[in-house]
Amino acid sequence: MKELVIEAERKNLIQVQAFIDEQLEAVGCPMLTQTAIDIAVEELFVNIASYAYGPEIGIAVVQVSVYEEPLSVEITFIDNGKQYDPLAKPDPDTTLSVKERKKGGLGIFMVKKSMDNVNYEYKDGKNILTIKKNLS
Amino acid sequence: MGLFGKKKNNTASNSVNNAFLKIKTSKDGAEYTFMLEGRLDTNTSPELKSKVDEVVDDAKKLVFDLEKLDYISSAGLRVLLGSAQAMEDKGEMVVRNITQPVRDIFDLTGFNLLFNIE
Repeated sequence: MKELVIEAERKNLIQVQAFIDEQLEAVGCPMLTQTAIDIAVEELFVNIASYAYGPEIGIAVVQVSVYEEPLSVEITFIDNGKQYDPLAKPDPDTTLSVKERKKGGLGIFMVKKSMDNVNYEYKDGKNILTIKKNLS
Repeated sequence: MGLFGKKKNNTASNSVNNAFLKIKTSKDGAEYTFMLEGRLDTNTSPELKSKVDEVVDDAKKLVFDLEKLDYISSAGLRVLLGSAQAMEDKGEMVVRNITQPVRDIFDLTGFNLLFNIE
């Protein structure tokens, strides 16, 4: 398992994605899968940066584990900001017209749809969000 | 061990290497075209939003050419949706030349049905 501990600020997004990409490239992750994971990582990290700590700057911990058979990656985001389950948000209605479509909830919806598994738990004062994606 | 030592083969250039967005704007009457290159993400989409905001009152047609855009997150989608909503009653919006990663995201979010894609 590899771990990155970083201030939860939007400007650190590229650094977080570079850390993830490094692990994905080491196992030959296909480009389109890598892009999907990068997007999920952006949505989840920016969520923490935007909401977890209010105006304060807190810490986000990002852990990456790679498993064999099937080749898959598990990424966990941990913060000790306020308790918040992003998965509880209702999915946006993707059948609405341009006029009716709302801008909210899109990011987490993309994560749910593009990853193979998404799990949230609140434990010991920490928000723990885990995504899993098969790479093969 | 073996896995980590594996040579990468089909891993192409990663999107993080291009941590930028280039926007080329052109105008033909009341038609504005934005050629986007790089990443439309949390940090770069405000720049596109402000460029769209500058012209939206005057525009009858907005064209987004995404031929060189290889990454879009929900922040980028929100700018496109906002632009489509702004044009809804006064003109049209077109998205052109989308790449595979962007097409995948459009398919996932239903934006493929929402926009006029050329």
